Amino acid sequence: MANLKTNEKKTKAQSMGLHTEVLTGKTQQKFFNPDEAENFFYWGTYDVDFNKRTDLDVHEMDCKDANRKIDELMSQGYGTIVIKNPQGKHSLGVGILNKLNLIFEGSLGYFGVGSIDGPTVRINGRVGWSCAENMMAGKVVIEKNAGSCFGAAIRGGDLICKGSVGARTGIDQKGGTIIIGGDAGAFTGFMMQRGRIIILGDVGINLGDSMYDGTIYVGGKIGSFGSDAVESPMTKSDIDWLKRKLRVAEIGENFDFSKMTKVVAGKKLWNYDALEPTEKKGAI
Amino acid sequence: MAKKKNKKKKKEKEIKGQLGKKKETAREKMIGQTIGYRYDVNLLPDYSRITPFLKKYIEAMGWDDLNWLEDVHMGYEEDRPAVFDRNANGWVTIPNKIKLPNNQQDRDMIARELLVKFQMSPNHPLVDLKKAYRKF
Repeated sequence: MANLKTNEKKTKAQSMGLHTEVLTGKTQQKFFNPDEAENFFYWGTYDVDFNKRTDLDVHEMDCKDANRKIDELMSQGYGTIVIKNPQGKHSLGVGILNKLNLIFEGSLGYFGVGSIDGPTVRINGRVGWSCAENMMAGKVVIEKNAGSCFGAAIRGGDLICKGSVGARTGIDQKGGTIIIGGDAGAFTGFMMQRGRIIILGDVGINLGDSMYDGTIYVGGKIGSFGSDAVESPMTKSDIDWLKRKLRVAEIGENFDFSKMTKVVAGKKLWNYDALEPTEKKGAI
Repeated sequence: MAKKKNKKKKKEKEIKGQLGKKKETAREKMIGQTIGYRYDVNLLPDYSRITPFLKKYIEAMGWDDLNWLEDVHMGYEEDRPAVFDRNANGWVTIPNKIKLPNNQQDRDMIARELLVKFQMSPNHPLVDLKKAYRKF
């Protein structure tokens, strides 16, 4: 694990009260054995069977009870769970760190299926704000429209909305792929750091504003580019990957990719001069 | 005596980052570390190079593609090939006995395979943390 290495010599910065430790030794080789046996099971998760299916009616439940019940069903080995009557309840299906086939027959409120790591989720309705925020892995398919902050801060996995989405889609995205079959609102990809966003329709103003890295593909019209978002040429690798991804997403497989615009970071914001200007002055 | 002091200073610079390995900018010289990545973090995976282990993993998880592993690449830690483990928030360096190909696509596939094996291993540091702090 990480440990701190302290420089013995006192520098000017140190004498001013600033720290001069260098962070080293973050390697974890001592835990690592490349000849580990083949194992597709994360420690502490439930061993579920996708063919074992059950229904759960959450009409009379609040979100806490419903989420606890989903966990209980997974512990009994159920790999496919169908949620009936979600009725726009908030925070349903959050924190599932397991492989699972989860189907919602209806719409979700805000923060639906947040912080998930592994499940395949299908929502046969709409979703509110911040659907799948902080998602780590898995696949989420929404059949209708989504609210704003769709996929906020996601780190991995595939998040698909077959309809249109609101503003700030993929805000602070750190990985994974967001796919939108319809249109997207303003500030899509705002402060995006990594990952990919695909929009088959039009997108609003300030696309990719202050994006640090990552890629945005737009099939329709762009309202305007945000600060430091620039157009980049499409490559064969992009088109091959897009074709495959849209097939997986069950939308737009026959899309005309020649009309698509690829947007990346101009990297003009790649400087650290704004950080701690007073301390920096003192240290030099 | 003066020569020995100079040698010590050079060693300290090597520990701090990757300076001296490429033509660094004035800003990098000032802060003493490299800005940006030394590999392509946006490289899209070439599915023709997927390993049999990864195929089995995808099938076991019920996905259609590499999913979150699309964002995993072979990087570097202290000038050694390594893969970043987000669950442990640290770099896992690749043992010397593993020979790595020059092709970044193949290197990334190896990184993905090793990372999955590591995360599912009972030796993973998260196992102890979960045992100690897990609430439900």
